[in-house]
Amino acid sequence: MGRYLAKRLLLAIPILFGVSVIVFLFLRLIPGDPAQVMLGEKATPQALAEIRQEMGLDKPLYVQYSRYMVKLLQGDLGRSITSHTRVTEELGARFPATVELTIAAMIVALLIGIPAGIISATRQYSFFDNASMFVALLGVSMPVFWLGLMLLWFFSFYLGWFPMSARLDVSFDIPTITNLYVVDSILAGNWAALANSLWHLVLPAVALGTIPMATFARMTRSSMLEVLRQDYVRTARSKGLAERLVIAKHSLKNALIPVVTVIGLEFGLLLNGAVMTETIFAWPGIGKLAFDAIMQRDFPLLQGILLLVAAAFVLINLAVDMIYAYLDPRIHYE
Amino acid sequence: MLYLNSEQGFPGPAPAQPGLPAQPAPPAVTEPTPVGDNLAPQTTTLLRDAWRRLLRNRSAVAGMIVVGLLILVAVFAPLIAPHDPLAQDFDSRILPPSAGHLLGTDDLGRDILSRIIYGSRVSLAAGILSTALAVAAGVLIGAFATYYGGFWDNLAMRMMDIMLAFPQILLAIAIVAILGPGLTNAMLAIGIISIPIYARVVRSSILSLREKEFIEAARALGASDLQIIFKHLLPNCMGPLIVQATLGIATAIIEAASLSFLGLGAQPPTPEWGAMLNGGRHLLRQAPWVTAFPGIAIVVLVMGVNLFGDGLRDALDPRLKQ
Repeated sequence: MGRYLAKRLLLAIPILFGVSVIVFLFLRLIPGDPAQVMLGEKATPQALAEIRQEMGLDKPLYVQYSRYMVKLLQGDLGRSITSHTRVTEELGARFPATVELTIAAMIVALLIGIPAGIISATRQYSFFDNASMFVALLGVSMPVFWLGLMLLWFFSFYLGWFPMSARLDVSFDIPTITNLYVVDSILAGNWAALANSLWHLVLPAVALGTIPMATFARMTRSSMLEVLRQDYVRTARSKGLAERLVIAKHSLKNALIPVVTVIGLEFGLLLNGAVMTETIFAWPGIGKLAFDAIMQRDFPLLQGILLLVAAAFVLINLAVDMIYAYLDPRIHYE
Repeated sequence: MLYLNSEQGFPGPAPAQPGLPAQPAPPAVTEPTPVGDNLAPQTTTLLRDAWRRLLRNRSAVAGMIVVGLLILVAVFAPLIAPHDPLAQDFDSRILPPSAGHLLGTDDLGRDILSRIIYGSRVSLAAGILSTALAVAAGVLIGAFATYYGGFWDNLAMRMMDIMLAFPQILLAIAIVAILGPGLTNAMLAIGIISIPIYARVVRSSILSLREKEFIEAARALGASDLQIIFKHLLPNCMGPLIVQATLGIATAIIEAASLSFLGLGAQPPTPEWGAMLNGGRHLLRQAPWVTAFPGIAIVVLVMGVNLFGDGLRDALDPRLKQ
């Protein structure tokens, strides 16, 4: 296990390195002057010179890259062009909001998707099975931004049950320790704030969680059906075990192995969906930040976001591989 | 339809699944190895089998019908649409659905139904063209890198890993940000970000095929690398590739709509479903239909493509054969 872990970690390094190269080249591959591209047509010569100076654009490419890497390894991602704050600061303030949203969406997806898949598999072709598989198909076929808008219209505008944007009502003041408001309000013992932040989370989390929910339901069902056909399940049944035990003790763990492997992938997809969801619910996370950065051509900020998100994705997949290897000892650590 | 074309173009044996032994019967050692057309009769049966399975699958047929109808709608849009999709009528702005405007009108008084009908052209074209680009590039990269193996294989696959390390939509947005907003660039961006999927599908098929006897035989008969790749290897990757591409079209349609929704794809006044959603967004409270209907159109089309794709996979997957 230790060797496998080390090997996987080592494999992640060239990928992260490649990611850094792409993000670096990203701006420099554009035809034309990067400084001009960043600042737009109306930039003053002075501002252009400043940017060129700061990014070392007058130096050869390899010098630029080594400077960029040295800074990167020191944790310096430069400054945002629009707000002039440090990119790292900006990321630190906004990333937790996305983490909170993504985890909430994943919880929604797992809590509904997996049980739905299990019930569907155990009652194959029943009404429940057909209905939930139809809903799951709808779920994977739906653009997340449209679902978000529809939820917003129905639950927020029409019924007035949920707030339409933001993470917390302005009347609440909680100390920001982790910047995950749910965690912070628990740490502060402020239960009203906890309830309020959870209340704000519901709609965006449901919108964002629907696609992975549908995927989990479909995967759990098909994987469970496959396991239920195995000999050891027949054995368990034939020795008179209660069906509940056959499902819970003999089938479930094996059936969930393929589901676990896609959790990592789904986290990546959630980061995708976060761009759209955060835009719709004005959720101050990294997806919204990325979109704004692109719209304002704030390339240093965008580079920072891309680096952070790609690194997070690589690490999540690494973690999933570990869990996978733990769950299924048949996997060779190669 | 994709499937029918491939039926005629299948010179080799059955579509191989990654990780499974390929279907062709291993030729006896003493016989000259059959290459290409010699296996045609068996191929036809296998494909006819798959086709029959597809037709027996009710949801796949439903998907085919939905997609077929929407293609007809796209082709005959000018004949079907009750109004001009671009005609603005300031006297009938933001009207709810009624007999005159079945799905209502938007804030410029344009008929939403007509815009949705014309929008099907854009969405279908965007889905199919960007997927075609991704398949073409992915197949070439996957086939050549895997066939030659070693350094090239490693290089290509690490490149694909790096691309997959980015969230797809963010990567697409970034590409469009560089190229400039517009439908063509959006399709290009979606095509580029989808390349790794197809490169990997082709790779996993070719890895198992590369060492097969019929490839060895082709080589012994003096076939060039190009001939082996295009005439013997690629035709055998078609099954998984077609399934993946069909499902990929569904994803590409959503991605194209997402980019347009963000204002990076189709530009106003082009009737495009994602752009229509964007236009209706600020009217959500007073006129939810402006947002609801284009979204429903997306869901129906994507669901049809997904049903068809799932059916294709079941039909082409020998493991599920009963």
